[in-house]
Amino acid sequence: MAKKKDRGTPEVNAGSMADIAFLLLIFFLVTTTIDTDKGIAIRLPPMPEPDQPENNIKLKERNVLKVLVNAADQLLVDGKPLSIKELKKTAKEFIDNPMKDPTKAESPLKAVISLKNDRGTSYNLYIQVHNELKAAYNELREAKAQNDYGKSLEKLPEAQQEEIRNYYRQVISEAEPEDLGGN
Amino acid sequence: MKLEKKKKPTPAISTSALPDIVFMLLFFFMVTTVMRQTDLKVKVVVPQATEIQKLEKKSLVSYIYIGSPSDNYKAKFGTAPRVQLNDAFATPKQVPEFIEKERAARSEAEVPFLTTSIKADRDAKMGIVTDVKQELRKVNALKLNYSSSKRSEVY
Repeated sequence: MAKKKDRGTPEVNAGSMADIAFLLLIFFLVTTTIDTDKGIAIRLPPMPEPDQPENNIKLKERNVLKVLVNAADQLLVDGKPLSIKELKKTAKEFIDNPMKDPTKAESPLKAVISLKNDRGTSYNLYIQVHNELKAAYNELREAKAQNDYGKSLEKLPEAQQEEIRNYYRQVISEAEPEDLGGN
Repeated sequence: MKLEKKKKPTPAISTSALPDIVFMLLFFFMVTTVMRQTDLKVKVVVPQATEIQKLEKKSLVSYIYIGSPSDNYKAKFGTAPRVQLNDAFATPKQVPEFIEKERAARSEAEVPFLTTSIKADRDAKMGIVTDVKQELRKVNALKLNYSSSKRSEVY
């Protein structure tokens, strides 16, 4: 009896596999948006209850840094016009007050930055102001980390990071903007 | 006399590993791809900043776009900056409704971690941004992120 030759299953032609894969690859390459979602994180203050009596907590004048921005994108910091480039330095000096200046904050814990802008202020400048204030706090924290522990803030254990963050607590109070004119 | 050398054809490069390589790349892109869900109807060029943080969980972020209508919509909607929620133009008054819908789509445990990202054009005015902010405060959506791109130079 003739024995059948064992031919096995025929191999699948994989020659076009690369083409198919390339096609899919190109599709995903084109549709991909490497969207890096980054931004300045802030926390809004909760809306006051309507029946809540207005309690205007009086803060000492020296503990508040008033930042006003008008519709023409000009800054007024504690009554003096200031360029955005100087804001960080001014804020750092105000918060830390290394020279114990009686017009600046008593201690970083008591420092409050009050920000008020006009409805006509450009969004770009508003972000720049937020950015500079945040930068001021971040630099102060970093300096304290270097000073106290000799390490950069990110390399410290969580508890010490928390301690430094609480020492330089970012308190920005935003007033309702006013429509003072301009567009 | 020199012996004539036999001309050898250059050996073909083996391409059998090519599909594997391509598949690897393919899977990489498939995994990292985030399909754009909304069609932008407003022009947004986000401002630049240095102190930026990454948004952690993309599934817990709702986006509010603010900017002037793009060219296709200029004729109908003008050039004044507008708010876009999902796929449609909206007014700041519609923000609470939008936030409620976003919350309803998530499980209850995730709601406190919901973040709102405002993607506003750098030329927009604060008036419209403030209106949106006030609406967000009304519905207690307090975690906010002002979308911005990285700027390298520092003032």
